[in-house]
Amino acid sequence: MAMAKELLKNAREKPCTLLYPFEKTAPPEGLRGKHVFVGEKCIGCGLCARVCPAFAIELLGGRGPKMSGMKVYLGRCLFCQQCEEVCPTGAIKLTTDYELAVLKQEDMVLVFERKPPEAKQPKKE
Amino acid sequence: MGKREFTIHVGPQHPALKEPENFVFKVDGEYVVDVEPRIGYNHRGIEKAMENRTYIQNLYIVERVCGICSNSHQTCYTQNVEELLGMEIPERAKYIRVLLAELERIHSHLLWLGVAAHEIGFDTLFYYIWRDREVVMDMLEEISGNRVNYAMPTIGGVRRDIAADKIPKYLKMLDVLEERTKFYKNICATEKTVLARADGVGFLSKEDAIRLNAVGPNLRASGVASDIRADSPYLVYDEIPWNVISYDSGDVFANVLVRVDETFESVNICRYCLEHLPDGPIRTIFSPLGKVPEGEAVSLVEAPRGELIHYIQSRGTDKPYRYKIRAPTLGNIPALCEKLRGGYIADIPIVLAGIDPCFSCTDRMVFVDEDRDKRWEMNGEQLRRYGVEWYK
Repeated sequence: MAMAKELLKNAREKPCTLLYPFEKTAPPEGLRGKHVFVGEKCIGCGLCARVCPAFAIELLGGRGPKMSGMKVYLGRCLFCQQCEEVCPTGAIKLTTDYELAVLKQEDMVLVFERKPPEAKQPKKE
Repeated sequence: MGKREFTIHVGPQHPALKEPENFVFKVDGEYVVDVEPRIGYNHRGIEKAMENRTYIQNLYIVERVCGICSNSHQTCYTQNVEELLGMEIPERAKYIRVLLAELERIHSHLLWLGVAAHEIGFDTLFYYIWRDREVVMDMLEEISGNRVNYAMPTIGGVRRDIAADKIPKYLKMLDVLEERTKFYKNICATEKTVLARADGVGFLSKEDAIRLNAVGPNLRASGVASDIRADSPYLVYDEIPWNVISYDSGDVFANVLVRVDETFESVNICRYCLEHLPDGPIRTIFSPLGKVPEGEAVSLVEAPRGELIHYIQSRGTDKPYRYKIRAPTLGNIPALCEKLRGGYIADIPIVLAGIDPCFSCTDRMVFVDEDRDKRWEMNGEQLRRYGVEWYK
C-alpha cells in the first residue's frame, strides 16, 4: 500500500514538469553552453583548434597575426570546454546559454571576427 | 520437438535499452529453448578513431563510448595514461573522481530501476523513479557543468573543483536520494506487480555465473561478492568504508535488490567523500600536446554495469598506438543467454533489461516458423506489451 500513499500525495501536488518555452529554470553556474570570443585578447596561437576533439574550430586566415577570425561549428562541438582550458589568454569562453536550436543550417556556425592588433604591427616593422 | 520449434529474432533494434543487438530465440510454445546472440550492430570504430587523435582529444571520445557510464570510461582511460606517464594524481582529485563515479552509479542504477519497472508494465513507478533521478542529475550538472558527459577526469587529475560552500547543499540532495531510494526499495519488496514479474524469473546459479564470467550486479545477484572496487582497489576505494552487496537468489528480483542496495552504498561513499575531501591541488600539469612514453598498460574500473577493462599501447608519440575497450555488457552476454533459457517469451524483455545491457531495446522481432516457412514480425514495444498482457 506504499504506492497508494504516494499516488494520493502526488495527486495533490503540481506537475513536476515545466512548460518549457514559457517557464525556464536558470542554468547552473558553470554549465557548458554557447561560445563567446573576445577578439582583442586572441593572440592567434591556434591551440584551441589543435586540441578540439571534434575539429569544430576553424581559424580564418591562418595562425598568428594574420588570423582574421574564427569559425565554431556548433553542430560538431561536444561542449567539452577544452578550448577554454588551453587558451592562454582567455579569448574563447563557454557561456551558460543553452538554447542552441536554430532554423537555418548556416546559423549552426558561429563566425567571430578578429582585427589583427594594429597598434603592435607598426612597432614590429 | 523439431516440428514445434520456432525461431524468434529479437532485435537488432533496441532489445532492452536504446541500442542495437540481435537475439535469435528458439521457442517451443511459450518456452525459450535456446538463444543465440548476434553482436556487432553498433561498431562505431572508436578504437581506431582513438589511434588518430591525441591523448587530450581521446578523453572526450572515450567518454562517448557509453552515455551512462561515461565517467567510468574516462577514469579507466586516464588511469592507463597516468600509469604510462608514471604520474601520481593529487589526493583531492582522487576523492572527486570517486564522488563522480558514485554519483554516476546512483544515476545509472535509478535509471535501470525505472527501465525495469517500465519493462514489467509498471509505468507509474517508472515515472516516479525518473522524476527523483533528476536530483542526482542536477547534482552532476552543478558539479561538472553537464548532465551526461561530465568531462571531469583529465590526465593528471580532475578539471573542476568542488566549492566548499556547495557541500552542505549536496549533502542535503544525497539525503533526499537516500530517502527516496528507501521508499522504492519498500515498493519493490512489497508490491505484487514487481514480485510477480521479477521473483524467480531469469535464474542464474552461482556456478554458472562464475563459469560464464558474469560481471557486475549480475554476478553479485548470483551470490558472488566480487567487485573491482574491493578486489583490486583503484583511486581511494581502499580508504573509504563500504560494503560489497550480494544476494544469492540469482533472479531478476535479486538484481533489483543488489542495485537498490548499491545505491545506498554509493550515497554513503559520496557522503564520505564530501565530508573528508582533502585540501590541495586538483590536478598536475599535462601539456595538451604532450607525448606519452613507450609502454602498455591495462586498467580496471567497476562501472555501474560491471567490470570495465581498458588496454593501451603507446609508442612514445602523442597518440596511442593501440587502444582496446572491453565493456561490461560483453562479459554478461553468455550469462544472459543462460538466464533466458527455459524461461517464457513474456519474460524476455525483463530478463534482457535485467542485466542492464549497454546495447539496446527490442524494437523489431521476426517470428519464423521453420516448418511452414512462416514469418512474422513484432517490434520491441509489442513484445513488451505481449509480456504485460500475458501476465494479466
